[in-house]
Amino acid sequence: MMKYLKMITLIVSTVLMGLLNPMAFAAFEINMPQGVTAISQEIYQLHMIIFWVCVAVGLIVFSVMFWSIFFHRKSRGYKPAPFHENTLIEIIWTGLPFLILAAMAIPSTKTLLAIYNTDDADLDIKITGYQWKWRYDYLEEDISFFSHLTTSPQEIYGLREKGKNYLLEVNEPLVVPIGKKIRFLVTAADVIHSWWVPDFALKKDAIPGFINEAWTRIDTPGVYRGQCAELCGKDHGFMPIVVEAKTLEDYQKWLLVKQEKAQELKKLNALNRTEEELMQKGEEVYREHCATCHENNGKGSSIYPSLVKATMTDQLDCITDHMHSVTYGVPGTAMAAFGEQLNPADLAAVITYERNAWGNNTKQFIQAKDIVLFKETGKYQNQELLGTCKGVIKK
Amino acid sequence: MRPLFQIKNATTRSLLSGLLISIGMFGFGFLLVPIYDIFCKYTGLNGKPDQNPYLYQAEDIIVDSSREITIQFLATNNASINWDFKPTLHKLKVHPGHIASLAFYVRNPNNKDMVGQAIPSVSPFDATDFVHKTECFCFLSQPLGAFQEKIMPLKIIIDSELPKRIKKITLSYTLFDITDMETKGTAVRAQLEKEGMIHDL
Amino acid sequence: MSEHHNPPKGLMRWVLTTNHKDIGSMYLWLSLIMFFVGGFMAMIIRAELFEPGLQIVDPNFYNQMITMHGLIMIFGAVMPAFTGLANWMLPLMIGAPDMALPRMNNWSFWILPFAFIMLSSTLFMEGGSPNFGWTAYAPLSTTYAPNSTTFFIFAIHMMGISSIMGAINIIATILNLRAPGMTLMKMPMFAWTWLITAYLLLAVMPVLAGVVTMLLMDIHFGTSFFNAGGGGDPVLYQHVFWFFGHPEVYIVILPSFGIISTILPAFSRKPLFGYTSMVYALGSIAFLSFIVWAHHMFTVGMPLVGELFFMYATMVISVPTGVKIFNWVATMFRGSLTFEAPMLFSIAFVVLFTIGGFSGLMLAIAPADFQYHDTYFVVAHFHYVFVPGSVFAIFAATYYWLPKWTGNMYDESLAKVHFWFTFIGMNLTFFPMHFLGLAGMPRRIPDYNLQFADFNLIASVGGFLFGATQLVFLFLIIKCIKTGKPASESPWEGAEGLEWTVPSPAPYHTFSTPPDIK
Repeated sequence: MMKYLKMITLIVSTVLMGLLNPMAFAAFEINMPQGVTAISQEIYQLHMIIFWVCVAVGLIVFSVMFWSIFFHRKSRGYKPAPFHENTLIEIIWTGLPFLILAAMAIPSTKTLLAIYNTDDADLDIKITGYQWKWRYDYLEEDISFFSHLTTSPQEIYGLREKGKNYLLEVNEPLVVPIGKKIRFLVTAADVIHSWWVPDFALKKDAIPGFINEAWTRIDTPGVYRGQCAELCGKDHGFMPIVVEAKTLEDYQKWLLVKQEKAQELKKLNALNRTEEELMQKGEEVYREHCATCHENNGKGSSIYPSLVKATMTDQLDCITDHMHSVTYGVPGTAMAAFGEQLNPADLAAVITYERNAWGNNTKQFIQAKDIVLFKETGKYQNQELLGTCKGVIKK
Repeated sequence: MRPLFQIKNATTRSLLSGLLISIGMFGFGFLLVPIYDIFCKYTGLNGKPDQNPYLYQAEDIIVDSSREITIQFLATNNASINWDFKPTLHKLKVHPGHIASLAFYVRNPNNKDMVGQAIPSVSPFDATDFVHKTECFCFLSQPLGAFQEKIMPLKIIIDSELPKRIKKITLSYTLFDITDMETKGTAVRAQLEKEGMIHDL
Repeated sequence: MSEHHNPPKGLMRWVLTTNHKDIGSMYLWLSLIMFFVGGFMAMIIRAELFEPGLQIVDPNFYNQMITMHGLIMIFGAVMPAFTGLANWMLPLMIGAPDMALPRMNNWSFWILPFAFIMLSSTLFMEGGSPNFGWTAYAPLSTTYAPNSTTFFIFAIHMMGISSIMGAINIIATILNLRAPGMTLMKMPMFAWTWLITAYLLLAVMPVLAGVVTMLLMDIHFGTSFFNAGGGGDPVLYQHVFWFFGHPEVYIVILPSFGIISTILPAFSRKPLFGYTSMVYALGSIAFLSFIVWAHHMFTVGMPLVGELFFMYATMVISVPTGVKIFNWVATMFRGSLTFEAPMLFSIAFVVLFTIGGFSGLMLAIAPADFQYHDTYFVVAHFHYVFVPGSVFAIFAATYYWLPKWTGNMYDESLAKVHFWFTFIGMNLTFFPMHFLGLAGMPRRIPDYNLQFADFNLIASVGGFLFGATQLVFLFLIIKCIKTGKPASESPWEGAEGLEWTVPSPAPYHTFSTPPDIK
């Protein structure tokens, strides 16, 4: 029995030590974060209250039990008492928990009411979950981008040392101002996801076809990280969330930069790149967006098709089909639509790269304006080619 | 002990009632589907609005010009479809009782005919019952030929009974590919077009 | 009923048997096999999570493992074990000669092996086995599911039919075959818990069958129950599933309550405290289990009123559960305690199940659940109620009744080794998961940030310890059957009940003439 007691004391003392010493949390991360919003702090308080209620009840129940285990044992010659009921005590231990629970229900209800009040938001952001990335649309600002994992496969497969933000780093974080009420409209494009940032105590399911609301108001600037919290298929563990909270001033600066960049990108639509520039940019884009499935060498895997010497990528008449599947995706397959994720210049580069790398040799070099025209008309340089891809026209 | 035949009868009764309960509960499982729909309709759960045109009498409509409601429009493509799909206006301010008209643009960039269906969702949930649509592209499936584009109209009246605290309503439409599902829908649509209830622009 | 012959020999004895003891044994062996199969999958999961990075399996196979582990442990290990215990013990405890519907009993067992062969065969199919978690949320389980999902659905149907037949049989037995004089309120607590469990099974297994049928129709027949594009709703799936799922939680815990209420008095040498309140508590738990389902869905986006209702209802359920725990402690209080293996597992049950209950109460607080939901805190919670709650109770029951089943005593010191390593392994595995969840680790992920590495390492070590220790349990049972010392009719000093009035091992036919109850 001593071992048993030791075990329990060990567990209990670990918990207590952790909870009583705030420094200890940071080191071991064994408790819920207090977070950086009023709601997250309220939730933390609720969590601690109910925890201590449980500890108190547990201590009482277990002390009585261990009292019996130590003193009312046969080996000590203890004779059993014959009682087997006591109406009064049974009423007490049914009624008392009711009172405790009722007391608990009041602050919980209050917090819940606050969480549900999405009125009077300063800023609306739409969050869309995709397998396996997030899309953020700033509804007032005409800003929209995708945010996906950037941790390299080398780190995941142990070929390179894992960084501090392993699996919690993205190409572009959601940037928001502090001190403003931000309303999130959460939905999904394929399966159910769940958008969760522990520091905001905000978790909302993203459900295809439906829109969910949530809100937050962040107190402190900083970078906050979270993850998808609903099993959404193969890479569920690889779709992190990163939120950068800035002061209002910095946020507005960021907005300006973002809008300038958008203008610059529009200029790119008129840009003519040389063949080398196209291939170089194309490889860069390919490695960031395509290589996860099609691999760096273009050969794909058992699930994802190879792009090397494939009809789609290596036949002249397939150029519009190729542009089409990269731009609009292939619904019903894992091939996503990149038309909204990448600007025309990047699309042109990556398609050019795929058509001229790894021994593919179409010598077709696509410019941003070709993509713009294609998006408007479905044609490549005014040729009606879409759907003609049979690999009939040989180079 | 009771006579054997009595036990046997009682056992048969237990067996039959057990089977009956389980068959009943199997049925109840399916019954939960309509129950849920009714429940959603009355509570606005999931922001699932009424999928029928709102038939209004002009005299029923009370315009509340003391307040202005912002309506936001969202368009989302489900992964099953790759059309261009967006509202022509991102938001609109309107007095409850006034008709708000706008449209969504849609284009099929594929070289095949397809049928899309927009699924509406309203946020906040408790606004759902106060958003009346007299005309909506979401009432019907939307067939589009290869490369065809279209402006799809939407007419809304916000009920003046809308709770005072709500100042902003989000109307979200998610577009799904229902080409495979669609057989009956097109026939219905043709009928409605004949009756002049759908206007292609 | 009056035939007194010895069982036929050979394989056909087991295929054709209608004897409750044979069928009970088969259920228990099946359950033990499935426990090892599901446990092996858990070992794969813990091995992958041993350190950050992907080492052993790819993420898709990892998802298959968590799905199959859940399904096999719930439907293959725990539920058949309880049905097996009911088959073996209920007739003995209520003085009946056999189950009320012996032929149906045979069918309900023999469906199960085929169901599990079908379920397991999906692992070898193209595209792999189901990979959407045991909860099978649409549309991940419909539009995005592997082809093997159809077989998963049929396997669920078969298990469902088996459970329903088993439940009807238990109800018919308890209601009609009790020895004269044994009124309902004089029944052993195990019979009471099983009676209520059986009704829960009848009420919810058909709903599960219905909801997976809807999945099947969405996949193959173009319906849109859960496809928003066709006018359905993915959230509806979750509502119907958890309408089954929450009572299911009590299906796998109520029989344990019965077992613990039998064993604690026996080794405390003192009658069960508050028998009547125990029965009422059971009834309340069973009733409440039908109106709390949406606490699994607090983050799904429910109206405020719904959220509040399910929060309050869930909090209330801790009252009758608390009553049971208080009653057990009061049973031990001022008893004359000894600590044989069944008692050790029962005490561990009370302590650890209470901890699981506490985390359950924490999860009931809807705002806090926004933080806990779908994290390792939930994994810790349900393993704390499931492993000590169901598995420890099954271990306790096995040790308690093994002398009656085999006629031999098990090796007590080895059983203590089994207990202590199981206890330490279990806590080492699942206690750190509370911390992981609170620190922000989502569940169902094959890889994690470095901040979660230490506790995952501890959990994996604990998991391997727990897993390896169960081989001791297998060895112990075989040793007991082969070379155990013969046991007397009633080997436990404080044990009461009709099962201890028949010889050990219990003869093939017992209570052909019903016993008299005072």
